[in-house]
Amino acid sequence: MGARLALESSAARLVGRLSRAAGRGGGTTLPGKLVWKLDPGALELLAGRLPQGVVLVSATNGKTTTTAIASSILGSAYRLAWNNSGANLASGVTSTLLAADGAELGLLEVDEFALPEMMRRTRPRAVCLGNLFRDQLDRYGELEHIAERWRDAVAELPPETTLVANADDPLVATLPEGRDRVVLFGVDDPRRARPALQHASDSKYCVRCGHPYRYDAAYVAHLGAYRCEMCGHARPALDVAAREIEPDGLDGVSFVLHASSGSARVRLAVPGLYNVYNALAAASLALSLGIALDDVAAGIGRFSAAFGRFERFAVPDRSVLLVLIKNPAGANEAIRTLEDGGVPPTLVVALNDRIADGRDVSWIWDVDFEPLLERADRIVVSGERAAELALRFTYAGFPLERLELVAGLEDALDRGLELTPAGGELAVLPTYTAMLELRAIATTRGLTRPYWEDDDA
Amino acid sequence: MILRVGHLYPEYLNIYADRGNIAVLTRRAEARGHELTVEPVTLETALVSGAHDLLYIGGGQDREQAMIAPDLAERAGAIRESVEGGAALLAVCGGYQLLGRGYRGRDGSWLEGVGLFPHETVAGDTRMIGDVLLESTLPEGRGRTIAGFENHAGRTVLDDGAEALGRVVAGYGNDGSSGFEGCRVRRAVGTYLHGPLLPRNPWLADLMLSWAVAHGTGDEPEPLAALGDELETQAHAVAAERARRRGGRPA
Repeated sequence: MGARLALESSAARLVGRLSRAAGRGGGTTLPGKLVWKLDPGALELLAGRLPQGVVLVSATNGKTTTTAIASSILGSAYRLAWNNSGANLASGVTSTLLAADGAELGLLEVDEFALPEMMRRTRPRAVCLGNLFRDQLDRYGELEHIAERWRDAVAELPPETTLVANADDPLVATLPEGRDRVVLFGVDDPRRARPALQHASDSKYCVRCGHPYRYDAAYVAHLGAYRCEMCGHARPALDVAAREIEPDGLDGVSFVLHASSGSARVRLAVPGLYNVYNALAAASLALSLGIALDDVAAGIGRFSAAFGRFERFAVPDRSVLLVLIKNPAGANEAIRTLEDGGVPPTLVVALNDRIADGRDVSWIWDVDFEPLLERADRIVVSGERAAELALRFTYAGFPLERLELVAGLEDALDRGLELTPAGGELAVLPTYTAMLELRAIATTRGLTRPYWEDDDA
Repeated sequence: MILRVGHLYPEYLNIYADRGNIAVLTRRAEARGHELTVEPVTLETALVSGAHDLLYIGGGQDREQAMIAPDLAERAGAIRESVEGGAALLAVCGGYQLLGRGYRGRDGSWLEGVGLFPHETVAGDTRMIGDVLLESTLPEGRGRTIAGFENHAGRTVLDDGAEALGRVVAGYGNDGSSGFEGCRVRRAVGTYLHGPLLPRNPWLADLMLSWAVAHGTGDEPEPLAALGDELETQAHAVAAERARRRGGRPA
């Protein structure tokens, strides 16, 4: 690192500490924004100084959890520069690389819109592409446009970059075509398939000819074993697969991780098929970096939860299960997982509409909340757009007298806890900024650690 | 009575929570003792003019819209005859564009529309995205406002003398410059507003239902019995505030 960059780096790190000291949140993007201003070329230099290079992880859903699982696996082999705070735009990534003196490998979660630029600038050793779902159309635009941007960026990658991609997502699976170094992962357990595609499924028409796919097994929204009866386009062969999946209520799930080097049963401490996909993505990424299968399995076993994603914290006599919801596909899987594991009788659902949540709240109507509504006794709706949630639930037939609208998140949390019997669990389903606020409340009450605490550790 | 709804291409055009609009129509009909039956009208099904009291068409992504556009154009006669015959129709976003005379792409291509609404749409360079608030210009909606969310690249230009749905208070509207949004022909309403449209604008849902009932009975439309609508009013107020504070501004 040049003298100029070193000086800028220490100045920027100081800003991060000052920002935290001033109580302005985690200070996780501010140092990066500062360096950005000082030296827009810093990202290339910072990425270039990591001896083991950089790996990038992106997806509409699960990138934070995938990266967290990958860190659990890779953390015992390398010193990581990992943006565990979820700051996944260029400024946040720059901050992470700045803060990680002495790191060997960059493990970077990247926003799907920022991915093409990050791919060009960091010359990654591997890129892990999880899935593409309809998400925040007001911010990201249509699905196909994101896929095109990814496709263009993949075409520019150096040949030595490994592409790790989800074979079960038709749009994603076609991205690595024609490349030499590819690892394709997917689920292979038809017992766990859904009977039908969900309402909000996205890529259900053949990417080649437009004919509707036939699914031999649909696992999560449009992810599954698909084939086109018109032109023959089908899910490619899997290099890494999850088989014999066994759910364990809301506590986790186990499966057999099958790779070319062998098989191992792994246990994951977060529930749900979509988390099996996240674990598969992380495992495939680690395997592509040369980590042994047993070490991969052990790393998955050590993982607990990424912040706000099926994260549990204890309050006196009760527990709270925090489940982020942010788009139809992700929310549907969270709900399906709650349904399979047992829906707690009291729920708090919180909808904000800031930029990070999506200003357009229409997506809540595309979420299949119905399984929750059939099972919940009481629902507290909260957040800045609580009334929209109340309409969503009452027009679905949930009785008005069992619904409460409590605008403030802290009050809503307390009301939810009040309605939860001693020894019981309260499920809280917030959108992104509501999740951050709820987690901050939990931190203030000493129930959980702040998310930036690892930064200076 | 039984109200027959024809939902056009539900598996292709459903991008902005269109089923929310259907859910609102269903519940509000039920609250007045009517039963709504919803029939999907899609690539393989026939559309018989006059067979439905209300037709609904939503919006899709570009790819899905291109897939159904030729099929829709073949049904132009049946759709126009239905509306001529007094059926209600609600078209949102992409469906609103497709029911006009046509759509001019950025490459100059022309996609033939249904020709129900007197307008043409031209693809723009930028998307018009944000919260919207309208002041209704429908005679049936005097003094009412409509709150929603818009996200469209197409600029829809109404013919001279065409009737809009409302005047833009905040947001872009049809083309970002005319100051008007939506279009109305007889009992057909087209708009860019989703969010979805009907949950937070219940009076418009009731107007559509009263038209559907009128089509069924053959009588003149009668206002429906009022419902409480406390949550709807609250949601409308928040959405309207958003539009005033952060909606797009007509150029």
